[in-house]
Amino acid sequence: MLTLTLILFPIIAGLLTLASKGENAKTIASAAAFIELALGAYTYFSFVPDASTQFGLSYDWIHAAGVKFSIGIDGISLILVCLTTLMVPFIIVSTFNSNYTNANNLYALILFMQAALVGVFTAKDGFLFYFFFEAALIPVYFIAAIWGGENKIKVTLKFFIFTMFGSLFMLLALVYLYMKTPGEIHTSDITALYEVGQNLNPSQQGYIFWAFFIAFAIKMPLFPFHTWQPDTYVEAPAPATMLLSGIMLKMGTYGLIRILLPIVPAGVQAWGLTAIILSVIGIVYGSIIAIQQKDMKRLIAYSSFAHVGLMSAGIFSRTLDGLQGSLIQMLAHGINVIGLFFIVEIIQQRTKSRELARLGGITQTTPNLTVYFIIIMLGSVALPLTNGFVGEFLLLKGVYEYNVWIGAVAGITIILGAVYMLRLVQKSMFGITSRITEGFQDLTFSEKAVLFPIAFLVIALGIAPNAFLHITEPAVSQLLTIITK
Amino acid sequence: MNSIIALSLFGIANLFLGFLNNRKILLPATLAFVLVALGLNLADWNQEYLWFNNMLRTNNLSVNFASVILVATFLVVAVSRGFGDDEEHTHPAEYYAIMLFSVVGAIMMVTFENLIMLFVGLEILSVSMYILTGTDKRNLRSNEAALKYFLMGAFATGILLFGIALIYGATGSFNIHGIEALVLTAAGGSAPALLYIGIVMVIIGLLFKVSAAPFHFWTPDVYEGAPAIFTAFMSTVVKTAGFAALFRLLGGAFTGVYGTWIYILYFLTMLTLIIGNITAVYQQSFKRMLAYSSISHAGYLMLTATAKVAHTQSSILFYSLAYSVATISAFAVLMVVAETKESNAEKTNENFDIFNGLAKNNPLLAFVLTVSMLSLAGIPLTAGFWGKFFIFSDAFQRGIVVPLVVAVLMSAVGIYYYFKAIISAYFKEGDVPAIELKPIYKITLIVTTLLTIVLGIAPDLVKSIF
Repeated sequence: MLTLTLILFPIIAGLLTLASKGENAKTIASAAAFIELALGAYTYFSFVPDASTQFGLSYDWIHAAGVKFSIGIDGISLILVCLTTLMVPFIIVSTFNSNYTNANNLYALILFMQAALVGVFTAKDGFLFYFFFEAALIPVYFIAAIWGGENKIKVTLKFFIFTMFGSLFMLLALVYLYMKTPGEIHTSDITALYEVGQNLNPSQQGYIFWAFFIAFAIKMPLFPFHTWQPDTYVEAPAPATMLLSGIMLKMGTYGLIRILLPIVPAGVQAWGLTAIILSVIGIVYGSIIAIQQKDMKRLIAYSSFAHVGLMSAGIFSRTLDGLQGSLIQMLAHGINVIGLFFIVEIIQQRTKSRELARLGGITQTTPNLTVYFIIIMLGSVALPLTNGFVGEFLLLKGVYEYNVWIGAVAGITIILGAVYMLRLVQKSMFGITSRITEGFQDLTFSEKAVLFPIAFLVIALGIAPNAFLHITEPAVSQLLTIITK
Repeated sequence: MNSIIALSLFGIANLFLGFLNNRKILLPATLAFVLVALGLNLADWNQEYLWFNNMLRTNNLSVNFASVILVATFLVVAVSRGFGDDEEHTHPAEYYAIMLFSVVGAIMMVTFENLIMLFVGLEILSVSMYILTGTDKRNLRSNEAALKYFLMGAFATGILLFGIALIYGATGSFNIHGIEALVLTAAGGSAPALLYIGIVMVIIGLLFKVSAAPFHFWTPDVYEGAPAIFTAFMSTVVKTAGFAALFRLLGGAFTGVYGTWIYILYFLTMLTLIIGNITAVYQQSFKRMLAYSSISHAGYLMLTATAKVAHTQSSILFYSLAYSVATISAFAVLMVVAETKESNAEKTNENFDIFNGLAKNNPLLAFVLTVSMLSLAGIPLTAGFWGKFFIFSDAFQRGIVVPLVVAVLMSAVGIYYYFKAIISAYFKEGDVPAIELKPIYKITLIVTTLLTIVLGIAPDLVKSIF
């Protein structure tokens, strides 16, 4: 019931927001997001850290076809449910300083998005997973296309068609597996699909691997499926960028763990190296491009592309450390990237520019912003005692265990990451004050209300990563036994 | 089966109502007629019997198909708004009467037991449609469309009839169950070439009606020329009836020679999907886009008809319902927007730009349009998604992989052109004044939209019946 409430509550709240006007919409939306956060916290604390699926529930959805509406939370789901419930309130509060026309629609769409995301992370039926996976696209498309920048129409359509195109292959793979389940009435229960997939011969598993891999690789995105991403991040308004980079790309990495690895272990065995090489190319390529960017938002977009490459490499290493690292990194990256995009939004609102060359010297008037920016930046660079360090360390250890040389190349990410992030802070915050950064106002209360908790989380997770690692560990170990069986 | 008789009488009654010189009464009367027919139709649920000397067969399958047809008719009539107030040029009583007559033909195509009845039903339906296409008398395009439709349609019916004659020659029977048995035995031994030629000709005749490639050339011109309300009628009722007939032949009478026709359909399915979707991308006119989209939807339906598995009938039914509801709402929005612009003495067309800026003053219409486009594109949360899903599952079950992959790729293409309408409505600058909708119009639009969403979330509500 708890899981269902987590999905339904944002939908109901979203409908209420849709019906309300102006300030009311703000109040309802933020109240709803915080209640959802409380629900998420309650889930976290009442979760028993073992490998089982908890708070489960299952209804007949399409009776004749054996498709069920079954949801539940295990350790892997929980960390992502926590990410979603934790970040959406900040995304909503972060919009308070901007003037969006018809803001009530914006909040409603964010809440609908939240419902779909929680649905993806808790679905225990193959088709239900697909359903939420696609449903999440619709709200974010509209957010990006209604409130986006100049080229929004072209860019968002490209984004939509790209991701939808990938997902159709996933649908084919799911239907294929579903048809192979035993019995008069087939089933699309995820464990049944695991069993069917594992019993396929290696070449069939190879086809299924690619069908799923393309879907998830486009969503994350991995090299060479990333061409939609930088443009979309730049053109989308801040809340959409935060949703996309902070939470939605985790649908791809989550899909790798939940669907791809356990369904086609032999396929992963055969093609895992290719996938890791693509991921590592993405890391290096993304970092190098990030170093050359002039636009802050674009720089962070490429950095996110590089980070997700490392997560994917860790997942395909199929080691405990790699998987654990990717999970904790999903949480950490979500927090950091949302913080970074919010800071860019603040700077853009004050100066009407995101171009590094035109900025500089902001620190002189903004002690608060500077501190928060540097903390979040350090988290993103993976300095020890920040949240980024734990994930990146485990990920690199996992990749290293898989193959020393690939691990070494992936390790460059730490150096390159430091280069582009430090460059970002230095060029925008330090140096000589430019014409547009003169008299830069320090943070307002609502901005602090977003950045303080984010900075706090950056440090808290860095000091006590075990709060989440011990939750995911049993589930990950169980997954590994399934894979290596 | 009483629905056929009732509808014929209602059609005549409608003609007489025209004498009353009271245009207001026609719309509610026709709606009531369709509802009564629907009730009579549903009364046949769970009964199986033959009518008129074994000419027509009523069973749950036919009740389901007839219900989808009648629901579509009801929705089309509901958004017809009495065909305007132009005393001189419109004759609503006749239009409604002809629509009812054509539904009689459609139901006969669903229930036929004898190939002669298939032919008669198809002709009743077609002749009515030729007339309705040409009702915009002063419009050159409407006249052109009617003539084109008539000439091409008559040719196709001729081929169908020739095919029926050849099948009769080969099997000595018009009865589809008789033919089924004879085809089965013939397929085992040496079937005469006449039989195969006849089967292919009958299939061609029907594929023409459902506008499958390469028999689709009439579709864009006819859809564009005909008044939008009849285009909506044509693209829903005619298509559903056509596929019902096709399914009954392929799944029943011609089962024995499955190995022969499957390759033809295999190829034509891919051709239809590719031509329909790729050409739709290049259309400027919204109506023409819907014409090509209707071709592509014929392709999806052919995919499941080709698969011929146990669920095929329920897949066709679900898809037809989802497609009909979405198409009717799209046309309804188009009609009301075009009419408003026309009455403001603006130069109008039926291109995508007609929707520019629609969302600003008409959030309801924009939302209805969006949901129907999403459904046609097959995006989850809408009925269209499940329609595609069921069809893909069927194709998988039969193992027809190549057309399936084509279908999947083409549905990605579909997103592009359906989203053009959404983009116009929400993101483009333009000015559509706030449109005052009549209550019945508003209710219909809300009902179709809700139906699309509800079926998108809980397809089992209807799927379990089919």
